Amino acid sequence: MIVIIDYDAGNICSVSNALNRLGVDFVLSDDKEVIKSAEKVIFPGVGHAFAAMEKLRAKKLVSTIQQLKQPVLGICVGMQLLCDYSHEGNTEGLGVVHTDVQKFDSSKDIKVPHMGWNRLRIDDDSSNLFNGVLTEDYVYFVHSYYVPLNQNSIASCAYSLEFSAAIKHENFYGIQFHAEKSGKVGERILNNFMNIDL
Amino acid sequence: MLTKRIIPCLDIKNGRTVKGVNFLNLVDAGDPIELARKYAEDGADELVFLDISATQEERETIYDLVHKVAAEINIPFTVGGGIASADKVEKILKNGADKISVNSAAIYNPLLVREISSLFGAQCMVVAIDAKRIHDKWIVHTHGGKKATEIELFHWAQKMEELGAGEILFTSMDHDGTKSGFACEALSYMSDLLTIPIIASGGAGSEIDFLNVFNEGKADAGLAASIFHFNEIPIPELKSFLKENGVNVRL
Repeated sequence: MIVIIDYDAGNICSVSNALNRLGVDFVLSDDKEVIKSAEKVIFPGVGHAFAAMEKLRAKKLVSTIQQLKQPVLGICVGMQLLCDYSHEGNTEGLGVVHTDVQKFDSSKDIKVPHMGWNRLRIDDDSSNLFNGVLTEDYVYFVHSYYVPLNQNSIASCAYSLEFSAAIKHENFYGIQFHAEKSGKVGERILNNFMNIDL
Repeated sequence: MLTKRIIPCLDIKNGRTVKGVNFLNLVDAGDPIELARKYAEDGADELVFLDISATQEERETIYDLVHKVAAEINIPFTVGGGIASADKVEKILKNGADKISVNSAAIYNPLLVREISSLFGAQCMVVAIDAKRIHDKWIVHTHGGKKATEIELFHWAQKMEELGAGEILFTSMDHDGTKSGFACEALSYMSDLLTIPIIASGGAGSEIDFLNVFNEGKADAGLAASIFHFNEIPIPELKSFLKENGVNVRL
């Protein structure tokens, strides 16, 4: 069973709708046991990193997520929370990927949030997450904070600087863009995640 | 590179799509879900639904519509019209909208923008501003453009950004429905003033108008209604035209 972590800080509805369109069976849950026994876990997130992290703590899900062994997909703030630390509200993250989440600098002649469709550059497709997706395909981003390029980056995107569009560490995947809102390309990526075999 | 966005806007009244000229003379323009699906397939980058229902009863229908649209559409969409509380925002987002827009309510209670932004994030907080030029000053209007305020457009847009708006949807009432081009000068000025994205609305009549709004108006997105609903400008053609003329769009 696919489990979407339901912790009141996610774009649960958009993700659920996308999985419904793909014909994937899933449950929404904040129950540790249900999450631990999932075949795959989706960890969505929109809004504020600090607030989202507080909600994870309140639901006592921090160590549960850190210890997952099955494929986990963090989306947007969900991806950012996989990192050590976020400057959005200065909060510790889950520490799966060792980097800090930074804010875009609006003085550099760019609009912040980075909002809209931008191009992916796929840097490592050994994970199969981007099967059938091309470098230069467009996906939808909405974010003011970004994960810098690091050793766990598997795809990047350029917006005044290059940042991580996707990261991977062992069974943990993160995508900064909203695959659930990225048209057919996004559907392909979600479908690829469903088919990942560790 | 981030692309410029093309956004069809569906004015919704009692569950149907309508469109008027200069905010008046409403004409039926089709089933919103059917239109939304067609636009998503045609390459629209986002959708905006503006509920222009007059009564509370009619307004209640929006949740059901949002729910149905969200189930079918794989691109982002914004819902606006009659939103005056964080509770309503929550209900709309829970039904599957990605962003909400507030207009008149922000004028009566500017702190609502801060409240929504801090509760749900700036990424979903669009502030819609309707303005009209009166004696060389752009004046903000409320109630679908019916009531003039004493607020000056650029000052207001800046204030909204400070309070946590993630995006500004600026409609020039002077241009809306005229198909004579967007308010490029005002848009360009606003774009230089703000650091958040701006959606230009009002005046789209031709492909050239979109080219101008991105080049001269420095807009991040161009919004239009009737030219898309009545298929006067098909979105794939518009985007090809923009691409050929050097505007970065998603094809």
